[in-house]
Amino acid sequence: MSARSKLPAQGPKPPFWRDPAKRALAFQLVLVAAVAAFLLTIIGNTQDNLAARGITTGFGFLTNTSGFGIVQSLIDYSSQSTYGRTFVVGLLNTLLVSGLGVLAATIIGFTVGIARLSPNWLIARLANGYIEIFRNIPLLLQIFFWYFAVLRAMPSARESLSLGEVIFLNVRGLYLPQPMFESGFGLIPLALAIAIVASIALLIWNKRRHEATGQRLPAGWIALALIVGLPLGVLVVTGVPVTWDIPELGGFNFRGGITVIPEFLALWLALSIYTASFIAEIVRSGIQAISHGQTEAAQALSLPQGLVLRLVVVPQALRVIIPPLTSQYLNLIKNSSLATAIGYPDLVSVFAGTTLNQTGQAIEVIAMTMAVYLTISLLVSMFMNWFNARVALVER
Amino acid sequence: MSYKNNKLVMLTSVAALVLGATSTAQAATLDDVKQRGVVQCGVSDGLPGFSAPNDQGEWQGIDVDVCRAVAAAVFGDSEAVRYVPLNAVERFTALQSGEVDVLSRNTTWTTTRDTTLGLNFAGVTFYDGQGFLISSDLGISSVQELDGAAICIQAGTTTELNVADYFRAHEMQFDPIVFDTSEQTVGGFEAGRCDVLTSDTSQLAALRIQLSDPSGAMILPEVISKEPLGPVVRQGDDQWFNIVKWSLFAMLNAEELGISSENVDEMTNSENPNIARLLGQDGNYGEGMGLSADWAYNIISQVGNYAEIYDRNVGLNSPLEIERGVNALWTEGGLQYAPPVR
Repeated sequence: MSARSKLPAQGPKPPFWRDPAKRALAFQLVLVAAVAAFLLTIIGNTQDNLAARGITTGFGFLTNTSGFGIVQSLIDYSSQSTYGRTFVVGLLNTLLVSGLGVLAATIIGFTVGIARLSPNWLIARLANGYIEIFRNIPLLLQIFFWYFAVLRAMPSARESLSLGEVIFLNVRGLYLPQPMFESGFGLIPLALAIAIVASIALLIWNKRRHEATGQRLPAGWIALALIVGLPLGVLVVTGVPVTWDIPELGGFNFRGGITVIPEFLALWLALSIYTASFIAEIVRSGIQAISHGQTEAAQALSLPQGLVLRLVVVPQALRVIIPPLTSQYLNLIKNSSLATAIGYPDLVSVFAGTTLNQTGQAIEVIAMTMAVYLTISLLVSMFMNWFNARVALVER
Repeated sequence: MSYKNNKLVMLTSVAALVLGATSTAQAATLDDVKQRGVVQCGVSDGLPGFSAPNDQGEWQGIDVDVCRAVAAAVFGDSEAVRYVPLNAVERFTALQSGEVDVLSRNTTWTTTRDTTLGLNFAGVTFYDGQGFLISSDLGISSVQELDGAAICIQAGTTTELNVADYFRAHEMQFDPIVFDTSEQTVGGFEAGRCDVLTSDTSQLAALRIQLSDPSGAMILPEVISKEPLGPVVRQGDDQWFNIVKWSLFAMLNAEELGISSENVDEMTNSENPNIARLLGQDGNYGEGMGLSADWAYNIISQVGNYAEIYDRNVGLNSPLEIERGVNALWTEGGLQYAPPVR
């Protein structure tokens, strides 16, 4: 091609419609114009429809006072806050349950997936049973099960199950003591940050030294000791500037401490357990995709079993595991919108539910909600694609 | 799993608003209804006394009877209704997008709903107020003692706002536990997730009889808000607005004039000019709405007067046993008052 393009043009230039590059460009422009015209028609049409029906439009409602309460909020919220703030509260609640759900589903999924391959007959069958039960029951039913069936079995507030009189569990949720930080506590996160930075530096230095000299320190243990020990040391030196706010039974319910509402527990459990059953199968298939010759070759090099897994099997399995794992994470995040069925105040329940109804501005609210899920999903995909590219097998 | 279907209704309603062709502001709902042959009526997803299917699967209730009255006025056939169950969140979008012609679903008349949603309230079928249902063994006798309580509420209702206002004004705390449907709200209350269930007092009476042990729950005496409930139509179609409004007024006027479904045939011979005008014996008052002269006769003979629909659905002849109270006619010390037919 390059040699040919250097040749002088022969004869008259062909007309532009015979030039494939220009023709393609023209088609692209026509397509873009058509899509733009379609979108403009829809937007214009919607505005005409709404105006004709006397329905208020626009995003001005976001600054109005909401006037309703929300049971769980990660930021300050009261019924005096704005509708805009209900959006943030709902979004954070969605992110909380999705984030913790992804974490728990990954841990359970990897554990069960590896257990499924265990040579121990009982463990393998148990893992298999778990997978077949939980991935074949609809998620909504599982949420209802954890919420209604398990909730009804819980004792009332006055008969709470307690663990050492500091942690309580009842039908209203799980009550944990809350640490109250006094002055001087700021040093501890600082110590933790220093320990983490030092550990990373140590690990990098250790790796380089290992490559250069073949010698190495047990850096992992040193790092762990640093991360645990340094903040603890500071804690002791500063005289433990923490008191615990222990929940106490008063009036209807426990006051003080941290309350984990049962809606959250039910949704989190259901999402984690359901998604974990899919992840377990993905992990199993990923490990089984590695040919046995790889393991044997590693064993022939007399690598210990742990290193065989860590250095040979897992890195190769990951590139099979990660793409379908991404889909499971995205499913979990989107499934968290089922929260509205049991009254967990997520984005759909709070914003696309109550706020939509109180303001009546369905199109704006639904559009914002869909945009949020789209954005979260795209960000997760981007991250997982980057991670996938990192672990992908580099073929030489 | 009506939950998923509900979301579908919501999405299709929004899609209809986005994609639907621009309709003229003066859309003639009456013509559409006549062409279709049925009135599409938005009702609740199951609230005994107001709108709920009975054991034969037929919709019953005071809100359902408003739909039937409109159908009787338009078609002379009170059965020409298609009921669309809607939850609190979807109801306005369904009406705005034209999925229903009239929304008769224990809906409170408020400024925002009347002025910014493109809707009109066509009258009041039931004057209600917000109350609290509480388990009897808590030993509580007043709302003032509810500081710190967990309260079950249905999403997207005025109750959600009232309770927040009330507790803030009285400097009390509460945990709102918000559910999608009234069924789930009762489920949460029964499971002990909340101490109190709050809603309009009429609904509390209906929900209480649905509990597995109705005697274990009681309604607190305080009523903390005004909740005038009535049928809603789209703004911009005055003819249809008038039909719904006057269907309701016809039932109120019938009670006031002593006309019931039982004596309506004898009453057609009445000498009383008010009765003669209402029943279409003197002049044609249906003409201005595009209806026949016997529109009110059809309503009264097929559905009944206001006292009849009240008594059989929510009054003393029903399981709810709610006294007439403020819902009595103005002549009996209540608030129900209809303009005269003339």
